[in-house]
Amino acid sequence: MSISITINGRSMTVEQGRTILEICREAGIRIPTLCHDERLEPYGGCRLCLVEVKGMARPLASCTTPVQDGMEITTESTLLRQLRRTNLSLILSNHPNDCMKCEQNGSCMLQDLAYEYDADGDMFKGDKWDLPKREDNPFITYEPNKCILCSRCTRICNEVVMAGTIDLTGRGFRTMPDTAYSKPRTLENCEFCGQCVSACPTGALTDKRGRGFGRDYEMKKVKTTCTYCGTGCNFYLNVKNNKVVKVTSAFDAPVNRGNLCIKGRYGYEFIHNPDRIKIPLIKRKGVFHKASWDEALDLVATRFKSLIERYGPEKVGAFSSARCTNEENYLLAKWVRCAVGSNNVDNCARV
Amino acid sequence: MAGLATSLGAGAATNSLDQMPDIDTLFLFGSNPTEGHPIVSLWLKKALRIGAKLVVADPRKIWMAKRADVWLNLKPGSNIALLNGMLNVIFQNGWEDKAFIAKRTEGVEELKAKVTEYGPDVVEKITGVSWDKIVEAARLYAKADKSMIVYGLGVTEHKTGTENAMAIANLSLACGQIGRPSTGIMALRGQNNVQGASDLGPYPSSLPGYQSVLDPNARAKFEKAWGVQIKDKAGLKSVEMLDECTKGNFKGLYILGYDIAQTDPNLNHVWKALESVEFLVVQDIFHTETTRFADVILPGASFAEKDGTFTNGERRVQRVRKAIDPLCGMAEWQALCELSSKMGYEMNYNHPSEIMDEIASLVPTYGGIDYRRIDEKGLQWPCPTKDHPGTSTLYTDIFSRPGGLAQFMSLDHTGSGEKPDNEYPYVLITGRIREHYNNGSMTRRCGGILELVPEEYIEISHEDAAELGVLNGDWVNVSSRRGQIKVRAKVTDRSQPGNVFLSFHHPEALTNMLTSGYRDPVTGTPEYKSCAVKIEKTYIEGEWT
Ligand code: SF4
Ligand code: SF4
Ligand code: SF4
Ligand code: FES
Repeated sequence: MSISITINGRSMTVEQGRTILEICREAGIRIPTLCHDERLEPYGGCRLCLVEVKGMARPLASCTTPVQDGMEITTESTLLRQLRRTNLSLILSNHPNDCMKCEQNGSCMLQDLAYEYDADGDMFKGDKWDLPKREDNPFITYEPNKCILCSRCTRICNEVVMAGTIDLTGRGFRTMPDTAYSKPRTLENCEFCGQCVSACPTGALTDKRGRGFGRDYEMKKVKTTCTYCGTGCNFYLNVKNNKVVKVTSAFDAPVNRGNLCIKGRYGYEFIHNPDRIKIPLIKRKGVFHKASWDEALDLVATRFKSLIERYGPEKVGAFSSARCTNEENYLLAKWVRCAVGSNNVDNCARV
Repeated sequence: MAGLATSLGAGAATNSLDQMPDIDTLFLFGSNPTEGHPIVSLWLKKALRIGAKLVVADPRKIWMAKRADVWLNLKPGSNIALLNGMLNVIFQNGWEDKAFIAKRTEGVEELKAKVTEYGPDVVEKITGVSWDKIVEAARLYAKADKSMIVYGLGVTEHKTGTENAMAIANLSLACGQIGRPSTGIMALRGQNNVQGASDLGPYPSSLPGYQSVLDPNARAKFEKAWGVQIKDKAGLKSVEMLDECTKGNFKGLYILGYDIAQTDPNLNHVWKALESVEFLVVQDIFHTETTRFADVILPGASFAEKDGTFTNGERRVQRVRKAIDPLCGMAEWQALCELSSKMGYEMNYNHPSEIMDEIASLVPTYGGIDYRRIDEKGLQWPCPTKDHPGTSTLYTDIFSRPGGLAQFMSLDHTGSGEKPDNEYPYVLITGRIREHYNNGSMTRRCGGILELVPEEYIEISHEDAAELGVLNGDWVNVSSRRGQIKVRAKVTDRSQPGNVFLSFHHPEALTNMLTSGYRDPVTGTPEYKSCAVKIEKTYIEGEWT
């Protein structure tokens, strides 16, 4: 059912049953958030997304409040700015001053919002966590001191992946996301999908194998489609100095909406593995010798041509692969028909 | 996918991934999406979270089986008996969709008659599944508003793979669970671009877009575009080419990015063929079992080094983009063009987008696709024209068969090619695990992944392990009539007594030394999912357990 609301004085007709945040995002109205993740159910933990609704005594969290007919919503005001600043200052009161060395610097939501709202870490004095950095598994680095308890990591692990690896443990000041009994993540308890890392708005969870290669803003990000399974997830290859150093989520991807599995997120290192074949090789007397492209292709062309002349095109053919692109598969089908002259072309696409 | 093509018209998944959360009953058949297709599994998990019913047909107690409302733990190779049994229940109780059957299908009477042969006694005996569970599964599937079947290689990688897929189509058609969002049949297949590679052509009997070489009109169209004459006789399938190689009759072979010498079944046979062929060219990014046999190895470019497209399991054509220059200097499409030109047939493209434009002009289902249109979200074929939005649900009004009706196929249970016996008492099922991919040439070269899963292991049930005196981590010899490998045992309740499981990701343990040479006669798909093996405890020199 359609209803009428106004946002910042602008009236609009929208569908019922959606949250204020959703409607605003769609309309291009920015509301700051920390604990919200489009892949997750609304949570309402960080109180950054507060908006004013006419007739309500106190501001409401837009991420959990559904729109209602006749609502008059304000997303920016002096009061909201103050409240957001206070909330951010509270968070900073238990956050290390480590931005200069933090892996997340430049792509940290907390850093950006603290700057935007001029948050003050000294506004509230209190204890600070002083816990060691944990790198007890192959893929995920955890710096608990940088955790703001937004619970995005634990929610994505339980709600979306349903792996149940991590949860908020402990109480009060000691609350933190962790595995059961603080055991290291292993295949016994974790899928290593890195979904928790992709959800973390701060530098608390980072991709261990991508650390230290450069700041987010130094990366050339190239959106592409995964090479592993037929789901067809999209992601960004992060490239620096002509080297793929990391994979990050593409949240607008039609198939996976920012979600990835272990292969998509962490399966890129083969690209620069030293075993890559980089030079054509020609076998002579059982031993492979390096050759130039021209030399190799000349030889291949000559040999195929002479086999075709001697035995006929029916004795020559090709196999193609479901790993290659559509264009390459098409070209191979064409090559066999046109350059060889047979129909002997097949693939393993049945598997 | 020949099965779905025969029954429905096209060899492709009928629906879309984003419809999955709205399923009422999910019937998962021979597919382990939490391992094989993890992101598909997320959408299925979402459906379960908001209340969908789950029926799982799988011999292994996979993640989904543990959460199923009904787990049909059938014996490997008994798919058709199970599905016929379900259909029998459905017709007996009048749970079929009579209006749908009357309006949109043909052949129902034969099917009805056939499935009456599959009553409780017969089906329980063949499948090992109790009739109650079959009735309940049939009810959950037939009576729900929106039921979707998601099937995997556990259906196709059998000698009867094509028939298995037809049997699945029978079920979906009988219940009218197709042609609407969140229903239909989703086939989850192995490799990333299986769909696109099937669509675009390398088939001995058809030109790109499933256009038969026997059809003079299709030939004429391609002959005009390509400027050559096309043979009006199907070429050899890969199996046939290999057989001819072994006999010395086949002379030249070009293998593009496919490690046939590790991933094909019955490896001894494949190796012999590759040794025998006079001239072998292999193009790949790494040395594999196959490159060993090559006369010339051409380097390949990884997906990060070239532009192009992949077509995913829901028929969505999406961009692959070049992030870095090809480490070897040129991508496969460029090498192919040069090779072709050197052989006297000019191929000239400045960019893969031009190849796609040529594809669009020749393949009707891709007719509306170009790089500009697919830039953001891709497009799902059929997309015949430039203003067509793509197709998320197939067969909403007609099936793509002559006459527009879907075809019921009456099928009989025949079983696996090789069945267990006294000498080889266990059924070996092969498949994938989440962490690795195919021959492992890529994932084994990703440090963290190799650290997690460094080697092959055989999954074996507690009962069988106890009988063999094997403990978790012990070494065992696994042998079949064709070969033997040595691996560690992983004792797990995922395997049921009598069944063991191996992946095929590790070249030190070539699982496909064991698998049989049986194949689906229609598609040539090998029977990876079932062969007979024996298992003996063993030791590794110098290692104490
Ligand atoms: S990697 Fe995946 S499974 Fe492991 S803790 Fe993170 S979200 Fe959970
Ligand atoms: S680790 Fe990150 S995602 Fe998890 S609760 Fe802390 S800040 Fe949030
Ligand atoms: S990220 Fe995982 S699920 Fe997605 S396409 Fe790649 S391998 Fe498949
Ligand atoms: S985003 Fe709404 S409370 Fe955190």
